[in-house]
Amino acid sequence: MAAQAPAMPAIRLTWWIDDPRMRRLLLRLFAAALAVFIGIPLLTLVLWSFAGEWFWPNLIPTQWSLRWWQEVLDNPRVTNAMFLSFTIAPVVTLLTAVVAIPAGYAFARLDVPFRRTLLLLFLIPNAFPRIGLYVSLAVLYYQIGLIDTYWGIVFLHMIGTMVYMTWITTATFRSIDPHLEEAARDAGASPVRAFLSVVLPLALPGIIVASLFSFLASLDEAQGTLIVGTPHYITMPVLLYTLISSFQRPVAAVFSVLLALPSLLLLIVAQRYLHSEYVAAGLGRV
Amino acid sequence: MAEVELRGVSKAYKDTTAVDDLSLAIKDREFVALLGPSGCGKTTTLRMLAGFIRPDRGQILIDGKDITELPPERRPTAMVFQSYALWPHMTVADNIAFGLRLRRLPKAEVEERTARMLAVVGLPGVTKRYPSQLSGGQQQRVALARALVLGPKILLLDEPLSNLDAKLRVRMRDEIRRIQQELQITTVYVTHDQEEALTMADRIAVMNKGVLQQVGDALDIYDRPATAFVADFIGSSNLLSGTLRLAGAQAVAEVGDARVVVEADGLPDGSRVTVSARPEDMEVLRAAAPDAFQLDDPRLVNFGAYKRLLGRHPALGQLEARVPKAFVLGNAPVYLRFTRARAYSGDDERRS
Repeated sequence: MAAQAPAMPAIRLTWWIDDPRMRRLLLRLFAAALAVFIGIPLLTLVLWSFAGEWFWPNLIPTQWSLRWWQEVLDNPRVTNAMFLSFTIAPVVTLLTAVVAIPAGYAFARLDVPFRRTLLLLFLIPNAFPRIGLYVSLAVLYYQIGLIDTYWGIVFLHMIGTMVYMTWITTATFRSIDPHLEEAARDAGASPVRAFLSVVLPLALPGIIVASLFSFLASLDEAQGTLIVGTPHYITMPVLLYTLISSFQRPVAAVFSVLLALPSLLLLIVAQRYLHSEYVAAGLGRV
Repeated sequence: MAEVELRGVSKAYKDTTAVDDLSLAIKDREFVALLGPSGCGKTTTLRMLAGFIRPDRGQILIDGKDITELPPERRPTAMVFQSYALWPHMTVADNIAFGLRLRRLPKAEVEERTARMLAVVGLPGVTKRYPSQLSGGQQQRVALARALVLGPKILLLDEPLSNLDAKLRVRMRDEIRRIQQELQITTVYVTHDQEEALTMADRIAVMNKGVLQQVGDALDIYDRPATAFVADFIGSSNLLSGTLRLAGAQAVAEVGDARVVVEADGLPDGSRVTVSARPEDMEVLRAAAPDAFQLDDPRLVNFGAYKRLLGRHPALGQLEARVPKAFVLGNAPVYLRFTRARAYSGDDERRS
């Protein structure tokens, strides 16, 4: 048999994926791009909110001022909106939790007929342009007297938050070994006792994350609230829309920072909490 | 006093029968192992005893009392899970004390019993640790303590050693047996490991495909297997399929053109049988004899303490014999003779 030439290595266009240095570099570039795309606009907002005078081509404001902050915080419309937002979001979160935690448990553990279909059903409001849903909801609200009411807004927010809560808690409950629950039953606990003593504490991290998402989603919801809440129930994001259209840039900036603040704070707190050893033990499935 | 009785218990899932008409009586203070391959129904049986699965038919009695309809929390049973199922958010002490606190026992008694139980399982001084800070063997001991602390009538163990390494497994095996003897507790132990079953249990219940094959002590099961499945599953066996021929007092199995003398226990002439012979019941000869079968291409496998001689016979197929470690093949032909072979009704399941 004749000696064969060594097979030519095929030239692959994806060679760089296999190179760890290249991968690291790409990852860093990506992280940097992300930081720029998210960070720069945020930073600009902060700068604008404190700017007394800022003209092109200066990179930072030439004069600093708290005037805009004062203007915003002195405005009763703003404080009212803040108050309203922060009374709606906790109620929405609580009501969602009350419905979604048992639902998530049922989806994870019990033999619910049509489970997949039901879970998908929760997603449907997210699959279509929200505005259509809100308009038809507004029509319904007119008929049953929920338009321009506090509870009307709460229920509208819950359409969105139910999705987060149910899906996240379903996944959380499913990740908890059913034997842990059985061991509690075996030790003499009723089904309810076993849930409260074993399942709930282990699911807490997931439930907290889901609650955070719900809280922030409610805080940020503007479209639907604008449609069913005006003229008397103006929340922070709804007010922001009005401010943006009035072209007062520094005021809008102050407002955006105000809106972003709770999200930022909650996420930092959540990260702290979710990194604790207890949670690692709970999710790490020893 | 704690006797368990299963009466005609059956459980079927959508497409399979997990346990089929199982009846088994377990005596007070007895250690019974449920042994079988995975999917044989042994774990389902154990979970029915614990109350996690409700049987479709049949009854479960403890001390003559029907508990078939009782939920797990109202049964006098305690289970040790294969995954240990320790609660990761509770300390070792809290894990063990959980059941005691549910019973609203005074604080001093809870602490006293928790400490005593940790001493029994040989694990004092870890009360403040979390399960994730313990080794597998230690977690196993905590799981055992948690099950025993309530003073159950029946201890149920579901493959408790399968997550441990080999050395530790042997130690825990002796440890569990010691604790069982010390506390004199009726125990049901599920395993697929015959060594565990043979060394720990007073009696072994061998299961296959949901059906109880044989119940007996280690010697019964090994020396007098009731079915070809038991003969094959416990230890190892040469299995042959053939037809039974009775000639006076002697029974012979015809396998192709070969004939093997067998113990046939009243099987009818002409019936299909599976013949089973232990490797240690095969005699090795180096010269032809009328009832010896010559092996084609024989080879040796060394097991350290002994060797196994493997080879093929044209009619009988693959055969193996256990030989001393000093045995060498040389160039002379190798013959095998059956010193003891048993015939079971029906064809070898693995081949049908």
